[in-house]
Amino acid sequence: MSDAGTVHPIRVTINGETYERTVESRQLLVHFIRDTLALKGTHIGCDTGNCGACTIIVNGRLIKSCMMLAVQADGAEVETVEGLASDGELDPIQQAFHAEHGLQCGYCTPGLLMSATYLLRQNPDPSEEEILRGVRGNICRCTGYVNVVRAVQVAAGGEPTAGGGKREEAAR
Amino acid sequence: MRAETVTAPAETTDELGRWSGKSVRRTEDGRLLKGQGKFADDHWVHRQGFAQFVRSPHAHARIVSIDTSKAMSLDGVFTVLTGEEAKEMCEVPFFQIAPEPGGKLQEWPLAVDKVRYHGDAVAVVLAETRELARDAAELVEVEYEPLEAIVDGIAAADPGAPMLHEEIGSNVAWQGTYDYGDIDWALENADHVVKIDRLHFHRFSSTPLECNAAVVDWDPGTGVVEVFSNNQMPMFGSMVIGPTLGVPSNKLIFSSQDIGGAFGIKIGSYPQIAALALLSKKAGRPAKWAESRSEHMLSAGHGNERSFVDIEVPVQSDGTILGFKLKAFDDAGAYLHYEPLGAVIWSQVTPGCYRLKHIRVDFTQTLSNKCPTIPNRGYSRLQHLWMIERIVDVVAHELDFDPVELRRRNYVQPDDYPYETPNRCVYDSGDLPRSLELALEAIDLPKWRQRQRELGTGSGKRIGIGIGSTLDSGTNNFGQARILNPELPFSGNGEAAYVKLDLYGEVNVNIGTTPQGQSHETTAAQVVADILNMDHGEVNVTAGFDQRHNTYVAFSGTYASQFAVTGLGAVMGAARKLREEIVTLAAYALEADEDEIVVEDGACHVRDDPERAIPFIGLANIVLSNNAVLTPELRERISLNCRYVYTPPFEVPDPETKTGNITLTYASQIHAAVVEIDEETGKLEILDYVAVDDCGRVINPQIVEGQVHGATALGIGAALYEAFDYDSSGQLQQSSFYEYHALTAPDMPMMKYADIESPSPFTPNGAKGMGEGGGAPLSTICSAIQDALGDGDAIVSDSHNPWWRIHELLRSGENGGARGVEVASR
Repeated sequence: MSDAGTVHPIRVTINGETYERTVESRQLLVHFIRDTLALKGTHIGCDTGNCGACTIIVNGRLIKSCMMLAVQADGAEVETVEGLASDGELDPIQQAFHAEHGLQCGYCTPGLLMSATYLLRQNPDPSEEEILRGVRGNICRCTGYVNVVRAVQVAAGGEPTAGGGKREEAAR
Repeated sequence: MRAETVTAPAETTDELGRWSGKSVRRTEDGRLLKGQGKFADDHWVHRQGFAQFVRSPHAHARIVSIDTSKAMSLDGVFTVLTGEEAKEMCEVPFFQIAPEPGGKLQEWPLAVDKVRYHGDAVAVVLAETRELARDAAELVEVEYEPLEAIVDGIAAADPGAPMLHEEIGSNVAWQGTYDYGDIDWALENADHVVKIDRLHFHRFSSTPLECNAAVVDWDPGTGVVEVFSNNQMPMFGSMVIGPTLGVPSNKLIFSSQDIGGAFGIKIGSYPQIAALALLSKKAGRPAKWAESRSEHMLSAGHGNERSFVDIEVPVQSDGTILGFKLKAFDDAGAYLHYEPLGAVIWSQVTPGCYRLKHIRVDFTQTLSNKCPTIPNRGYSRLQHLWMIERIVDVVAHELDFDPVELRRRNYVQPDDYPYETPNRCVYDSGDLPRSLELALEAIDLPKWRQRQRELGTGSGKRIGIGIGSTLDSGTNNFGQARILNPELPFSGNGEAAYVKLDLYGEVNVNIGTTPQGQSHETTAAQVVADILNMDHGEVNVTAGFDQRHNTYVAFSGTYASQFAVTGLGAVMGAARKLREEIVTLAAYALEADEDEIVVEDGACHVRDDPERAIPFIGLANIVLSNNAVLTPELRERISLNCRYVYTPPFEVPDPETKTGNITLTYASQIHAAVVEIDEETGKLEILDYVAVDDCGRVINPQIVEGQVHGATALGIGAALYEAFDYDSSGQLQQSSFYEYHALTAPDMPMMKYADIESPSPFTPNGAKGMGEGGGAPLSTICSAIQDALGDGDAIVSDSHNPWWRIHELLRSGENGGARGVEVASR
């Protein structure tokens, strides 16, 4: 509590837009993004960096934004879920999650999309095992991960073979 | 694997149109994929303060004093509310379901005089920021006088145990005997009686990834209390807290949009919502609360822990299992939240998947110094079904039957449906042998039996093959509550929906449900589009629930595997009414007979004369903004705004005999797993896994498969990793995702899935609720471990089997301890 009142000016670029704000020393980056900037797409599911709902990309690296202070993001380039779609069009990873039903409640989804985005940047053709490891920092309680893996397989240009593959063609 | 229909379709199911039965992609995804969902913590309102609860570090203690002065002295703290103050602001304690003496339990929004579990809330702070609220909560000084805690759910029933609620006079919340057939006769006359000392089903939670959250605003001008939250059963919450707060239900307004998973757990946020309402009233401003994960694990509710003791199972030489007799102790934790309903809900599946005839269960639900339980996916049935599956495996192990064959022999058979259970529940349809066959094909049972034999001793590895056979009973008859408490005025079930044409002829649907990922917007649009013969994308289903504009009944919400029946039943009824109005109106406008009217793609035309047509916008115009052109009779009759309440065909059960049809549908899950166990460490790896689901007519196969995946993952997590443990003083040992290992992607086998469709003859569309699953993975994994243990002495008697417990089981023969099983043969 001793430095609770200490504040710092920071300048952060998020999805191409630059924000200058004054933040408390102790403010978490995720609270800065959600509460200060009202970018509500990045979610919070735990207090300990386990769940991955708040996963974003900072200076090209995948991080959990509850594990970083807002002041540490001073000068950084940040990517969040809101930056994935362009002109309202879903990007390939979002399209694949839609096609493969890789989400149910949608709460973990923004974090999973950022992890998948990062994974495919590092490794454009991941194996099933590499996908499982690539998203192990994201807890999902709805999907059992099978359709998440299928979605990443499809986003990588492959077939959704996880769990024996999908059962039938979609109506749409 | 393609679906197959194995029983004749019900008469009511011939109306499948263009969209039902197809994997239509989800409407919800559009916003959720872009981070544009609106979850409870995304909701901010003007002048809100941030709430932080002050929670007890003790499991059981007297509250000597609470000093809020230091907290209040912080700049930016609006107010602090203590339990005593909260009670003074309330009219009555929370409504209790239990009969007396359990029903004497008094619970208030915050703890008064005593705390009863580690995490019990004693006060709540409201401040300008989240951080400040936390600072202030730390400055609330509570003096406790610790009391002895009782954490064992069986010992809690002892007369001498430390008592949680003195007004009850014991820790027994509810006790009763369920007695069907003649178990004494069966035990006397059976060829064998297998006795099992104890089976234990552990405490865990589906831990939805979004914790509880709410913004509660008590408007001093109107007296309206607005609750924007992620509570999944708001009408139940409203009925409990309304009288306590002294707020009529038409002024207690719940709403939600997107809910980040719930699984039953989010039924339980009503005490916090009540406390926030009082906090808002006291502070004169909205109270915003976002539960932390550790707070969620401490206090948001856990699944029921249940022990089954003194189990006796009569078995014939040919493998026919006649039934069972046992005592069940269900540990509800410190308060009764939704309980003691768990003490009856298991009886929806009294004989499990089997033709068991003679059953006696002495059921006791106790209170202990632990987090209150709350329905958790598979609520109350999964404990019971797991116990039955353990009985089958133990009988096979002890009497040297093949566990697969033993199941096949005892399953309810396809010709038996509709099958009346000993307690007069009716299993609607199914084909368990066929499901089992598909499961065994999928894992290639002969191949693994061969591998098992080849592996032999000395390899350091064991292979195990396990089966889990469970039921997901859906669409409750709330009349079952009378079996617990005959005084309760509850029975039946239902759901409500509106389908209407809006100003420009747009089709709009709203429902009383509060989905948490179950895709109601998509599936409701499918069935409405079928009835109105139009594109499903043109049907708008209002996202979320808002008590101000959604229609509802007291049963509304999303819980207990029922949407496909109750929700879609309501939607279908409303859509049919709207269609009738559309046809009548079009016939009038087009000067044609009603039976000449074709409804298609958002317009009506006269059959064989497509030029004589009127689009929905024209119909809407006539009724909503041009009604002088109508006859008085049509003006009176047609609103284009149609409400329908679906009610299942239930009767009131008989509390005396504890019999009656207390659920409408039974989806089945037959799972099979192949596991490899490392003998040195006890580490278990799942080599193959399949779920075969049968939920009757499937509205959207992809969505059903997704929910089967999800239910399987939660079950596997619970079987191998996830548990809430308390030490002897009542301290919770898992308060974050470090200690509570929620299943991650590498832990999850990329499972196979197959399904069959046995349409329900009892539902409007042949569908059955299926979202909960029956906890089949818990049964399946235990069965596979038992199989891997082979002829050894060990019996898998706990539902939670992390590596160290498997390690113990592998070595249990070495220490010569009691096995907890014996067989008496005639």
